[in-house]
Amino acid sequence: MASSVYLCLLRAVFLVCFVNPLIQGLSEDESVFQNPHHQQEENLTGLPIVTFKWHHVETPYLVIIWVFVAGLAKLSVVELNHHVISVVPESGLLIILGFILGGIVWGADRAQTFKLLPPTFFYYLLPQIILDASYFMPNKLFFSNLGAILIYAIFGTCWNAATVGLSLWGCYEAGVMGNLDIGLLQFLLFGSLIAAVDPVAVIAVFEEVHVNEVLFILVFGESLLNDGVTVVLYNVFDAFVALGGPRIDAAEIFKGIFSFVVVAFGGSFLGIGFAILLSLLTRCTKHIQIIEAGFVFVVGYLAYLTAEMLSLSAILSITFCGICCQKYVNANMDEKSVTTVRHAMKLLANGSETMIFLFLGVTAIDTEIWVWNTGFILLTLLFVFIYRIIGTFLFTWMLNKFRLVPIEVIDQVVMSYGGLRGAVAYGLAALLDEDKIPEKNLMISTTLIVVYFTVILQGITMKPLVQWLKVKRAAHSDLKLIEKLNNRAFDHILAAVEDICGRIGDNWWTRGWNRFEENYISWLLMKPKARKNRDYLFSIFHKLNLEDAINYVSEGERQGSLAFSRSDEAANVDFKKQFGSEFADVMPNIMVDMSNYELGIEHFSVTSIVKDTIPSVSLDIHGQDRKNAMDDINAHHLLQQHLYRSRKHQHRHKYSRSHFSINQNEDEVQEIFQRTMRSRLESFKSTKMGVNPAKKITKHHKKELTHKVVDLPFDKTGAINSTFMRDTYTVGAGIENPVFLPDMDSPTHSPPWLMETEAVAPSQRAQRRLPWTPNRLRRLAPMRISTCSTDSFLMADVSLTLEEHEEHSQTDHVEM
Amino acid sequence: MGSTNSTLLKIPNVEVLMQETGFSPAHIIRLHDRFKALDKEGRGHLCPHDFGAIKELAMNPIGDRIIGAFFSPGKETVDFHTFVKILAHFRPVDKDRPKEPNSPEPINSRSNKLKFAFQLYDQDKDGKISRDELLQVLRAMLGMQVTDEQLESIADRTIQEADLDRDDTISFEEFRKACKHKRFTMFRFCIRPGERKLMLTLCHWSSELQDQHEL
Repeated sequence: MASSVYLCLLRAVFLVCFVNPLIQGLSEDESVFQNPHHQQEENLTGLPIVTFKWHHVETPYLVIIWVFVAGLAKLSVVELNHHVISVVPESGLLIILGFILGGIVWGADRAQTFKLLPPTFFYYLLPQIILDASYFMPNKLFFSNLGAILIYAIFGTCWNAATVGLSLWGCYEAGVMGNLDIGLLQFLLFGSLIAAVDPVAVIAVFEEVHVNEVLFILVFGESLLNDGVTVVLYNVFDAFVALGGPRIDAAEIFKGIFSFVVVAFGGSFLGIGFAILLSLLTRCTKHIQIIEAGFVFVVGYLAYLTAEMLSLSAILSITFCGICCQKYVNANMDEKSVTTVRHAMKLLANGSETMIFLFLGVTAIDTEIWVWNTGFILLTLLFVFIYRIIGTFLFTWMLNKFRLVPIEVIDQVVMSYGGLRGAVAYGLAALLDEDKIPEKNLMISTTLIVVYFTVILQGITMKPLVQWLKVKRAAHSDLKLIEKLNNRAFDHILAAVEDICGRIGDNWWTRGWNRFEENYISWLLMKPKARKNRDYLFSIFHKLNLEDAINYVSEGERQGSLAFSRSDEAANVDFKKQFGSEFADVMPNIMVDMSNYELGIEHFSVTSIVKDTIPSVSLDIHGQDRKNAMDDINAHHLLQQHLYRSRKHQHRHKYSRSHFSINQNEDEVQEIFQRTMRSRLESFKSTKMGVNPAKKITKHHKKELTHKVVDLPFDKTGAINSTFMRDTYTVGAGIENPVFLPDMDSPTHSPPWLMETEAVAPSQRAQRRLPWTPNRLRRLAPMRISTCSTDSFLMADVSLTLEEHEEHSQTDHVEM
Repeated sequence: MGSTNSTLLKIPNVEVLMQETGFSPAHIIRLHDRFKALDKEGRGHLCPHDFGAIKELAMNPIGDRIIGAFFSPGKETVDFHTFVKILAHFRPVDKDRPKEPNSPEPINSRSNKLKFAFQLYDQDKDGKISRDELLQVLRAMLGMQVTDEQLESIADRTIQEADLDRDDTISFEEFRKACKHKRFTMFRFCIRPGERKLMLTLCHWSSELQDQHEL
């Protein structure tokens, strides 16, 4: 598929950029090593046919090799886990695999040449993970629990940092750790870097456990936001350490707190600003759909870097950028771009997550960083674990006084146990300045041990714990329209009852915000068209319908061809009509999608096959079709055989950087549509002469005149001119209906292949694959309806369909 | 405490009311205050226009239906007892309430809550949600955002999902089954006397989380 190629490209480009600096330290050494060879090559007198130029490609080569290795690691871990009945979480296995890889590297080089360097981590690996998490954040859930999340993220993190730091300091003063060169401030700094629950680790573990959604959002939201908080806290303490103990007075502390607030909120607002920018951008990318998906990544990253530049919280910035823009971006962009973003985002996040865990393992195999201090390390582990539990219960106890639905004890246990530390802590530890903090290596090794302990041990035990405690799991169920409908109704009911009771409650705020959002923000940030069609219920309905369509097309293909199976089914459903009228303005490409899959359903009524016991009421039922089904089928089959294959053939060699085969398909759709109509007509001419006169003749006459001009290329080339089609497509007319083009052949002319109706139908696949000639096409292309009204025997539904398309194209023109 | 008692004494049959609805004295007083506030003319009962005067309610797309739910058929007024009983539907299902086999089903039972929701759809009170009735609700809630045809398709599909006996309507039994979902917890309606603050929420079948991940 073209999109996957695109994704691969993206992956290559992005990942190369991400891991690039990772190797830089190494590349310098290596290039020195390589230089003699280089010299030798240049001294050669003759013309070398092939030269080995390792140093030319070295850096990107190493990067891509590591990406490749990470990919393989992920693959093997997933496969392995598959067999180990997924006892160990993926993240843990990746770390263990990292140990092995690190061991190999160390064995070869006698030193750890590959390390997870903080800049690499913070600039190239972390942003896309955060962006992914925030972009797919279930917004409603997040904002309805925002209070609790903020409490945990801000106060919980501060609590953890303060208590761990102070306790360690206390123990140090008591002499448990022996002689270390650490003061109170350094301990607090260490506490702040070890305080944050890591989103990468948490997501990795909790995704596999499937806890209930409130618990998930609490843990997830907390881990996402407290990263931001912890970085800010870290910076404040870092500044304090740099300042030195004696010079810190009340004013400095006050400034520290103030800077904390400014950095955190400034970052958040910056992110929101970029979200607005992004939403506005996607409003006007209609004509460059192929790159609009890229904007999401670029602007997200820009939000991150800008915040970093302004020394605001970069993590919070990109988090809020993702959370705030998702709704508008998804509505504004083309459906395909939305899919692209979705997949690319997951790919990037997953890729860097893999890299991070792998390198967390690789980094450990290094004699340099390991400094052992039993007291310090064990106490840190203990305090981290204990204060997390105390903190969670403390803050939950306070929250439960205000929460309507209290957080249960079991959930609290899982929350506190889910306090996994991860790469952020390691990154911050590695960032420490050795001049200011003499015990940097001890801190790094302690951090690594905490990370391994939490990710591997707690990760492994998390699942059994959740099962043992019988934590409410997230239930999976089918999407149901009636549920959504009831939800909506209940929202209104509760709001109303609240009004009657006359108090301002939760729903009052929600409603006020929703109204404001709908009236002003959506107006500003959303395309008018998208705004019109973004009702949640409707989109659910749309999604369900699409699912049905795909289901029954695949089912139909399993049974042969749709054309066969539809004939004897009870409920005939006119797909074209439904999609044409309902969704054409929602997503003009839907017909294209259909033809991409070679469904061929757009030309005729298809039957609900999968759910034939439940006629899909949502799709129109056409009694008319049933009667005439056989006639239709014959004609259709013939037309399909004659016309389909050559089209494909013709387009196969085309390449376009900016489009997939959209335009060609558009042609195809139109042609097929024409031919379908045509075939219906013809079959009716031959079978039911004069039975069912057309109803809307005059209207079509008018239409024909207007289309005369456009039709010219047909006459000249004798085939459908693709530029014409492309133009009609790009002006946004949806599908221009060529049915109304004036006829070119004589109305009485009966196409030769219609005579073959009696012939045995070829195999199902072969049916579409008979060649066409320009002649035939020419005859087919323009659809005659009405110049000779007595000859046009439109079935009721045909005329209906035509009308609708006519109307549709009219309205589209009006809109323009 | 004195004022509490005196207010309570003003309400006739307050003991019975509390027994039936499960509201605490503080709840009753809160609701009584509100009732008096709504009853501007001091008649001791409320008329539809009293509800209509609530500004926010007038903007609620299905507000008139909810007002209608307070009035039993043929009646133009609602007294305090009925008012409280209707609101009792929104109390959370209490788990630890002693179950007496003879006692009637409490108002805030699951089934009664669903009945309340059901009758908001079922305007002609024939025990079935017809396609037209559903369409009306949909039209009210979706408003101008979708075309009539789309509304009809949605209505059709919704009925199809819930309709088990193929009569193209949703009976209460079918409605109940459609709502019989693990994730579904009913309305909750809490008045916390200690905090003087009223909170109200609905726990959805919130599949929002999954939806978004799948999207």
